[in-house]
Amino acid sequence: MYTLNKPHIKHNQKLLERINQLLWLKVLIHCLSITPLVYIYAKAFTGQLLGDPVEVLIHFTGIGALNLLLITLCISPLAKKLKASKLMKVRRLLGLYSFFYGVLHLTNFLVFDLQFDWSLFAGEILKRPYITIGMLAFVMLTLLAITSHNKLKRKMGRQWQSLHNLSYLIVILVNIHFYWSVKSELTTPIFYAGLTLIVLLLRFKKLKILISSRFTS
Amino acid sequence: MLVKLTSKSSLTEHQVTDENIYHQRRAILKQLGFLGAGALVAGVSPQSYASWFSDDEKPSFATKSLNYKPADNAAGQILTTEKKVTTHNNFYEFGSQKHQPVELSQQFNVKPWQLSISGECDKPFTLDYDELFTRFPLEERIYRLRCVEAWSMVIPWLGFSLASLIKQASPNSKAKYVAFETLYDPEQMPGQANRRLGGGIQYPYTEGLRIDEAMNPLTLLSVGLYGKTLPPQNGAPIRLVVPWKYGFKSIKSIVSIKLISSPPQTTWNKLAPQEYGFYANVNPQHDHPRWSQASERRITGSGVFSSQRIETQPFNGYGEQVAHLYKGMDLHKYY
Repeated sequence: MYTLNKPHIKHNQKLLERINQLLWLKVLIHCLSITPLVYIYAKAFTGQLLGDPVEVLIHFTGIGALNLLLITLCISPLAKKLKASKLMKVRRLLGLYSFFYGVLHLTNFLVFDLQFDWSLFAGEILKRPYITIGMLAFVMLTLLAITSHNKLKRKMGRQWQSLHNLSYLIVILVNIHFYWSVKSELTTPIFYAGLTLIVLLLRFKKLKILISSRFTS
Repeated sequence: MLVKLTSKSSLTEHQVTDENIYHQRRAILKQLGFLGAGALVAGVSPQSYASWFSDDEKPSFATKSLNYKPADNAAGQILTTEKKVTTHNNFYEFGSQKHQPVELSQQFNVKPWQLSISGECDKPFTLDYDELFTRFPLEERIYRLRCVEAWSMVIPWLGFSLASLIKQASPNSKAKYVAFETLYDPEQMPGQANRRLGGGIQYPYTEGLRIDEAMNPLTLLSVGLYGKTLPPQNGAPIRLVVPWKYGFKSIKSIVSIKLISSPPQTTWNKLAPQEYGFYANVNPQHDHPRWSQASERRITGSGVFSSQRIETQPFNGYGEQVAHLYKGMDLHKYY
């Protein structure tokens, strides 16, 4: 009987729809992450930015990295809350974009601000606590980006999760870096500190376990 | 000293930005309007978005040509373009981000203006708007401006020596310091009305000099730049220019100059004394706690590649004229 095949076809279609939805979400993430960069760099390179284009690029990519990091950290609690586990499939993409913004943030500082003065670059990283902290966060983020590859993830097993728990430390360091870098007027860094606190409280139980295991072991 | 082997005539090409091209940015932005949603991911304040996407191009502040004695650019320094000088500003009264002063100050009303010279002197007086341009002969001076944030520009100012103004007031022997004050007018200066916009500093902005610093011939009261009266974002109608000190000493839109006997309070020093001293002399040996002052980004134009990192000179290269003022002083202690 041909009718027997019907439920099977339906199932396939649903699967296809789900994959499509995920695909569209990913395309959306790519667009939302890349277009602002194209836009701001195009303006900077053609001299259309008012103010200091170097400063604008540094701030734009820095705050962009923090925004993306916060969004990345929202994915897992959101997926739980909505019982939509497929959301988890975009978490790595968002995290990698946060890393990419971080790379640009650091590159802008080195290339446009310090103009490849490597000794000044090294000196500033060592001498300025807010830059030291920012750099520390960047190094950790780099580790996470490298180990985000599926093969490595499988290889690392349980270690992977404990390494990637560093993301909570990273987001805290980035906030300190931001707060400390500001000349005056602390509204924006305080706003971000508040957002970060909320995002961290979403996983209060996990953090409690993490912290208590650190102290008891 | 940076040696630039560029002839004077080659400056003009740098300086000119066709006004049509400048205004086209609005059209380009409109075409790019769809990007707005994506930009949510990256960080720019809502105010700047409002200005990017709004249609109302309000008329910009009208400046007037001035008569003055031109400077000779003997050192052949490359000037920072007029567009750059008037669109990259630290003037927190009109917003703490560098693009904001030009956007938020164009309705600023400088007429009538009153600048009072008072305090420890025999002949206090007040200058009204017209007198700012007529009381003293105007001359052009090309000065390097070194910001405490480690960028710099070269700007052709118009003005007169502060010394000639102070002399007219006949200071008495108690006049050891000079205190300056910016206009306080929250209705006209949105940064004074809104803490977030105004960068959280206390208003009115105040600055100060020792009397011998004030009387040094380099110290300029500027009423114009690039041949015309000052636009508001650069401190219209009258501002101070102290070229051997960090830019924040060069207070803008001054309404009061007071001769006093004890050191005046100064805005940035009050806010963060460990970062900004009263003297604020340009000093490559003395770092800001959060960045090096050994070098600076010399900005000549608007593009991201229009700046060059160069070594910072003690007293911003004006040591010959001013180093004697600080003889025997520990410049690390009195930063």
